[in-house]
Amino acid sequence: MSEPAVKEKKQKLSVPFNYDKYMRPHKLPHIWCPGCGHGIVLKSLLRAVEATGIDKDNICMVSGIGCSSRTPGYVDFNTMHTLHGRAFSFATGIKLAKPEMKVIVISGDGDALAIGGNHFIHTCRRNIDLTAIVYTNSTYGMTGGQYSPTTPIGDIATTSRYGNIEPPFDACEMAKAAGATFVARGTAYHTLELEKTILAALQHKGMSVVDVIDACPTYYGRMNKFKSATHMMEVIEKDGTVNVKQVDKLPPEKVQGKLLRGILHNVERPEYCQQYANIIEKAKGGK
Amino acid sequence: MSARYEIRFSGSGGQGMILAGIIMAEAAAIYGDKNAVQSQSYGPESRGGASKAEVIISSQPIDYPKATSIDCMLAMTQEACNKYHSDIKPGGILLVDSEEVKTLPQGDFRLISFPIIGTAREELGKTIVANIVSLGMITELTGIVSHEAVEKAVLARVPAAFMELNKKAVNIGFACAKALK
Amino acid sequence: MAEKRKKLLQGNEACVEGALYAGCMFYAGYPITPSTEIAEGLSVRLPQRGGKFIQMEDEIASIAAAIGGSMTGLKSLTATSGPGFSLKQEGLGYACIAEIPLVIVNVMRGGPSTGYPTGPSQSDIMQAKWGTHGDHPAIAVTPAYVQEILSETVRAFNLSEKYRTPVIVLYDEILGHMREPITIPDAGELPVVDRAKPTCPPEEYFPYDEKYEVPPLAPFGTGYRYHVTGLNHKKDGFPTNDSKQIRENNMRIMNKIENHKDEIWKNEEKFLDDAKIAVVTIGSTARSANFAVRVAREQGIKAGLLRPLTVWPFPDKAVKELSKRVRAIIVPELNLGQMVLEVERCAGGACAVEGIHRVDGEPINPAQILEVIKKYA
Repeated sequence: MSEPAVKEKKQKLSVPFNYDKYMRPHKLPHIWCPGCGHGIVLKSLLRAVEATGIDKDNICMVSGIGCSSRTPGYVDFNTMHTLHGRAFSFATGIKLAKPEMKVIVISGDGDALAIGGNHFIHTCRRNIDLTAIVYTNSTYGMTGGQYSPTTPIGDIATTSRYGNIEPPFDACEMAKAAGATFVARGTAYHTLELEKTILAALQHKGMSVVDVIDACPTYYGRMNKFKSATHMMEVIEKDGTVNVKQVDKLPPEKVQGKLLRGILHNVERPEYCQQYANIIEKAKGGK
Repeated sequence: MSARYEIRFSGSGGQGMILAGIIMAEAAAIYGDKNAVQSQSYGPESRGGASKAEVIISSQPIDYPKATSIDCMLAMTQEACNKYHSDIKPGGILLVDSEEVKTLPQGDFRLISFPIIGTAREELGKTIVANIVSLGMITELTGIVSHEAVEKAVLARVPAAFMELNKKAVNIGFACAKALK
Repeated sequence: MAEKRKKLLQGNEACVEGALYAGCMFYAGYPITPSTEIAEGLSVRLPQRGGKFIQMEDEIASIAAAIGGSMTGLKSLTATSGPGFSLKQEGLGYACIAEIPLVIVNVMRGGPSTGYPTGPSQSDIMQAKWGTHGDHPAIAVTPAYVQEILSETVRAFNLSEKYRTPVIVLYDEILGHMREPITIPDAGELPVVDRAKPTCPPEEYFPYDEKYEVPPLAPFGTGYRYHVTGLNHKKDGFPTNDSKQIRENNMRIMNKIENHKDEIWKNEEKFLDDAKIAVVTIGSTARSANFAVRVAREQGIKAGLLRPLTVWPFPDKAVKELSKRVRAIIVPELNLGQMVLEVERCAGGACAVEGIHRVDGEPINPAQILEVIKKYA
């Protein structure tokens, strides 16, 4: 990993976390640009995976297409880099076929909400036990910075030179409305908080979605006049969000227009594979 | 060609023409000692429109599954009668429901107009079994499969609660056709 | 015993029986006429044996889920018809390059687009080969009888597992919906091929090891942690930009089929020994052709039939050989000219080649074929 170690005074780990345990070190360097937060998100994810205690053999990571979707190539799980937007469907097949496997979906905002929007909705509706990490950076980075389903109105992209006129999606609201039983948001800036959020998502039984706000300095940042990658992280991730637990304590003007972080929705509902196990019982008994 | 015996059941979607065809084919091939293939054509909708089921019965293997020269045809609606009667072979049989088919086609075939739906309504109180009445009639008129085979095939296809009703329906069909002979 | 198991089944129901016989344990699909009966049947039958059935949100998701199911080691199936087959092309290409066994049934209906959902067609012959982008291997089996839909579905699974590639079962609406008496074979009556699994230790395992023509595929979750991608890749499954490796990767997936065509091809021949006029056709049209050829023979015309049960890879060898000893080859097909192009290519001018084409939702009847046979008699 090329990112500097996170300055974490509160970090309880007495020894540095051994990322190599979960990485395929010979597959580095990764393709992500300097200043991109994808590596930070991955580190939070790996620490969360460690905390679950699940064996690597029983973890499957499935992705679609895009910058974030290259993640599975770097990690030492059963990994599958699939088709643009279809990771949720491939993952559904893997999970239903082998419910004992922990299946993590890595997707970007274009992958999950545009080309894969329908798969995303229906995967949430089924409440199948997947954990989806949606990297939201408001751009199509792999193809060079076109506007995405989360690009704010008025922003510049290579396909919205006059300013974007499409309103952005809120991945969390969409996931919740579609039926996901665990919905949360984190940012690459709040790395320890993200680790805890992802851990809670991994431990949830049912469809869990973590929307991770993660700026793209190379395309979105440059086209929209951000001074630097760190400036972007501060504006979008630090100042542009507020933890859901603090909402009641803050004056309304400090909350307005900001995206909420933390666990936004957490309910119990029968999980798909468990219900299918009942179908099998019924079918066998009924014969 | 003469080795093939071709039957066409036609009506509108929902009248059970395809089921009648399936039962006829099962009577011949499963409960009888002949070969049979059943095919169908219908529109994309579950109800309405002209639909047909065809059954080819032969003592030989059957290649072409569609009717070419029909020995016996049933028409339960005017639309189906108009649309499908043209390939009845000379000397073949056309059985039509007398309530539904008012304009009778002309041709070199034996035309039988009979109140099939009316019989189901009056004798059994259920028009839904008109297709089974017609199946009994066709069995009797053609003699291509035995009463026993058709009755077995009917009973194997219907839910337990409706066995008596269907058994009556097929037997009424036999009797009605016998009276016409 | 055999008599007891004689059943009047629809083609699509026979496909269900074939899938189960082959050991299918996973199905993902989306409703579409005229193939829906396959999904309906498997939704009941699969859970009875502990298998999994899921109705996905669309055709693309269906093939993706089926590929996912296959990655865990389960024999997987998806079924569809024309418009759905178009949508599945994306996943089909992925299964080709990632070398993931999968069976796709396409019950052909009239097109283009929504076309004629309840009418028969054979207009997806070329789509089965060229539908997905890029060069890739294609195997498509083409049954013509309800009994054969069962046995060819089993063969499709066998080829798919053996060669680690998607295999298409291609038949038309007439066959999908018609009923014929068939017998369900006993266990052991038809061969069933299971996927080769690695025996080496995980650290020595390469999912695309070029030392094999068809490398063994480790099911996910069995200790072999590896990477799968739709990008051109090296033997370890990771993407590569190296032109030599890209070429090797592409050529191996082509050659694993190309070099085994003799084992994959299957043809039925009737009256070909002394035939002067041959009919080459597949599926329900072959039933009409069989009828026509028999009548021609009764009339003293030396006609014969070559019926490929594997339309892809196209039976080049058989058609080439045939073209050298007949006066004419007639190619009836329910489209405006697809297989006839392949026959013309193979014949290379050695004999006359004439197509009979029909796209009105009605089958090509025996009389139509007989008329053309007589033209060359």
